[in-house]
Amino acid sequence: MVTNITSFGRSGLSDWLMQRVSAVILALYTVFIVGFLLFNPNLDYYAWSGLFNQTWMRIFSLLAFIAIAAHAWIGLWTVTTDYLKSTCLRMGAQAVIILGIFVYLVWGIQILWGA
Amino acid sequence: MSNLQVSVYRYNPETDSAPYMQEFQVDTKGRDVMVLDVLHLMKEQDSGLAFRRSCREGVCGSDGMNMNGKNGLACITPLSDVVKNNKLTLRPLPGLPVIRDMVVDMGLFYKQYERIQPYLQNDTPAPAIERLQSPEERDKLDGLYECILCACCSTSCPSFWWNPEKFVGPAGLLQSYRFLADSRDTATSERLSNLEDPFSVFRCRGIMNCVAVCPKGLNPTRAIGKIREMLLADAT
Repeated sequence: MVTNITSFGRSGLSDWLMQRVSAVILALYTVFIVGFLLFNPNLDYYAWSGLFNQTWMRIFSLLAFIAIAAHAWIGLWTVTTDYLKSTCLRMGAQAVIILGIFVYLVWGIQILWGA
Repeated sequence: MSNLQVSVYRYNPETDSAPYMQEFQVDTKGRDVMVLDVLHLMKEQDSGLAFRRSCREGVCGSDGMNMNGKNGLACITPLSDVVKNNKLTLRPLPGLPVIRDMVVDMGLFYKQYERIQPYLQNDTPAPAIERLQSPEERDKLDGLYECILCACCSTSCPSFWWNPEKFVGPAGLLQSYRFLADSRDTATSERLSNLEDPFSVFRCRGIMNCVAVCPKGLNPTRAIGKIREMLLADAT
């Protein structure tokens, strides 16, 4: 039995599913943002800030932030377990990555609800 | 016609401090022979050259090797398939420890094969004659049972290179699915629970090197996809 304690969901199946679900969420969010920019060529601060004042947009954005956090953790965890063979180096890199993801997530929430 | 230029990986741990490439000039008399024939011609020049071979017709899987950068069986690979600019470079299967020259230690490969329990398990009482399968049930094993364990696929897989102790590898997973798909096997849930960790199956990134090199034309990536489907169906 192969065990691990640092992967996102402790299970290959749940990580795999999460990677795919988060990819779909990120694709939808990207299409929406690109579409919004294309349909508003003369975009100003008020229109942009108005969009993000909507509760549904904040929920959608938070969903996308959580999705990118999970997606990045699963993907980078895989990269570190493939290429970093020294336990010390691997755990250090994983700690830096999870810290970075956490900081970005909290920062993102602050931006969404702070303005 | 000029002689074929062959560059071969040589390493004898008892006398060499490091592996090196040895150059050979091989006269194939202009014929499109198999790579294994070229190895035999080189052995006539240097009897110390070590490589594995047995059936010399693509059945035993002994002479898997890396020919001009691509894994395959030397015995069924004609020179015209691999030789470029009259040059041929032969190396042992990548990622496995070299015992000597082209001979690799397949221990890790067999260990992963053993882990998937490659035998039929059935805890119901044995019938008087045999366990029958419908033709449809038997059809599901086509494309799975033909594997000869030559290791060409697993040793062309970067996921197996980086984690050979944890990732089962394409060959093992193809055989794993062969028993998961078998209507006579009753150990399906135990088999699946041994595979759901992040490495055994899920370290496959789907790059399909295994499909590109399989000398028997099998498709381990499809089998891995089927295992994932079974795991998902079992757990959701």
